[in-house]
Amino acid sequence: MPENSTHQDFEIRPLPHYERWISALLLVAVLGGFVYVLAGAQIKWSTIPQYATSTIILSGIGGTMYLTIGSMALGLLLGLIVAIARGSQNSVVSNAAAAYVWLFRGIPALVLVLLWFNIALVVPNVWIPFIFYGSTNDIVTPFVAALLGLALTESAFMSEIVRAGIISVDPGQIEAAKSIGLSPWKITKRVILPQTLKVVIPPTGNEFIAMLKYSSIAYVVAYQELASQSAKIYTQNLQVIEVLLAATIWYVALTTIFSILQHWIEKALRDTSGGSFARKMMRNIAPGRF
Amino acid sequence: MDLVRIEDVHKSYGHLEVLKGVSFSVAKGDVQCIVGPSGSGKSTLLRCINHLETINRGRIWVEDDLIGYRQNGRILHEMSDSELCHQRSQIGMVFQSFNLFAHRTSLENVIEGPIQVRSTPKTQAIEKARALLAQVGMDRFENYYPRQLSGGQQQRVAIARALAMEPKVVLFDEPTSALDPERVGEVLDVMCELAKTGMTMIVVTHEIGFAREVGSTLIFMDQGVVVEKGKPRDVIERSNNERAQAFFSKIL
Ligand SMILES: Nc1ncnc2c1ncn2[C@@H]1O[C@H](COP(=O)(O)OP(=O)(O)O)[C@@H](O)[C@H]1O
Ligand SMILES: [Mg+2]
Repeated sequence: MPENSTHQDFEIRPLPHYERWISALLLVAVLGGFVYVLAGAQIKWSTIPQYATSTIILSGIGGTMYLTIGSMALGLLLGLIVAIARGSQNSVVSNAAAAYVWLFRGIPALVLVLLWFNIALVVPNVWIPFIFYGSTNDIVTPFVAALLGLALTESAFMSEIVRAGIISVDPGQIEAAKSIGLSPWKITKRVILPQTLKVVIPPTGNEFIAMLKYSSIAYVVAYQELASQSAKIYTQNLQVIEVLLAATIWYVALTTIFSILQHWIEKALRDTSGGSFARKMMRNIAPGRF
Repeated sequence: MDLVRIEDVHKSYGHLEVLKGVSFSVAKGDVQCIVGPSGSGKSTLLRCINHLETINRGRIWVEDDLIGYRQNGRILHEMSDSELCHQRSQIGMVFQSFNLFAHRTSLENVIEGPIQVRSTPKTQAIEKARALLAQVGMDRFENYYPRQLSGGQQQRVAIARALAMEPKVVLFDEPTSALDPERVGEVLDVMCELAKTGMTMIVVTHEIGFAREVGSTLIFMDQGVVVEKGKPRDVIERSNNERAQAFFSKIL
């Protein structure tokens, strides 16, 4: 080959991608078949937008959002506590935390929601000193049962996510923190936790999106979220598919919105160092404290 | 007067005995250098001095404080976390891998200890931190994050962070071993200046030049024991010990 050869004088032929054409054809065929079946199906398409914007369905979206945000917030808080407890030097505390994760990762959320909902069968009264005394049924509403069931399950998974974040922090920095005399709690709060965010936030976004859909199991206790509100309509008028398609549209819309949000947050996270990003966020939430 | 006293220190990891009875003292204002082959227990010894590791036998004092324990006759009571933190805050440490807090700027790294451990008012801590950063030649970089700094610059900030606690003694564990060769000098210069201020320092290093010029005394350690101790020049050039001779002939 001559030296300094360039491609200038030649035409470059890209590799032909026949396999792309074949897969495109296959995809079109499958989609075409699907559309053909749907077109022949007896679906009253025009009613779907009506259901999707009906007050019952819209209130169901509110319920889904409440339950999702509530379960995630409580699950995150508990998960954080359990993850920190897991790393405690106190072996009683760390083993208790491990047992907690083992238990709540093992119980299906559906079963846990039902257990909470029916707790009054075995514990008819609740007594919290100085705060509350009364019938269990007054406290454990469908929302509370669903919230507890989902949040406890979520907290077991969140604690594992947070723990992965904690493990990812450079042990050298922890030694340095010890060497200047920071207390274990201050090391956790000021050195470890801010630096876990980079690792913890992406999977937390995933969990949130999963919870949007997972919250539909509150159907079993008739909490008014999207799935049970849909059921309310179709058990009356038997337009099952139309109503469920309306709900589907909303679920997909919600997950799309939150996926975009997640994408933004992760991008912002990549563009800064994890900790400085965390502190910027924290400063916005609670100015002056960080 | 001896500021640091190390008496018959033994340390094992499981069945591996890493320190097999180490004793020496460091006078106030001295620069005690420690050299020795890799694995001889130098890092472990430094980590015992601020109780990052517990020891299996022996005692360590810094000034009049017994490290890690309260002695009551023949009984050594383990210290609580808060007592340990108080002791550690008086002993500076500089690591081979710098270990700056990655999510904090140079200035924030330096003020962390004074504010969080000593409850120094923030404005006062910042003023002092700026002076320390100037002392190590890093005042122009106070708003930089560690990842934006070279190794030598990070290490100088780490030295300022240790000094911010006004320690009685500073422990250096191979502070220049992770640096590019052209960056070694700037860190050694800072340490040299620090020695001139009368700071008591214990320095594990492979920089024989530094040990010879700046060190008050030099220890050669091997396999968990102090093999030679004396004036740096004597230890380096006139040791009768075979292992020491072999070591120095290799690295000189
Ligand atoms: N945490 C630990 N667990 C088990 N062995 C260790 C640990 N730290 C150090 N060691 C062992 O102790 C010996 C001395 O290590 P170190 O003090 O780091 O030596 P040096 O700093 O002189 O190179 C080595 O054999 C090392 O493998
Ligand atoms: Mg070492």
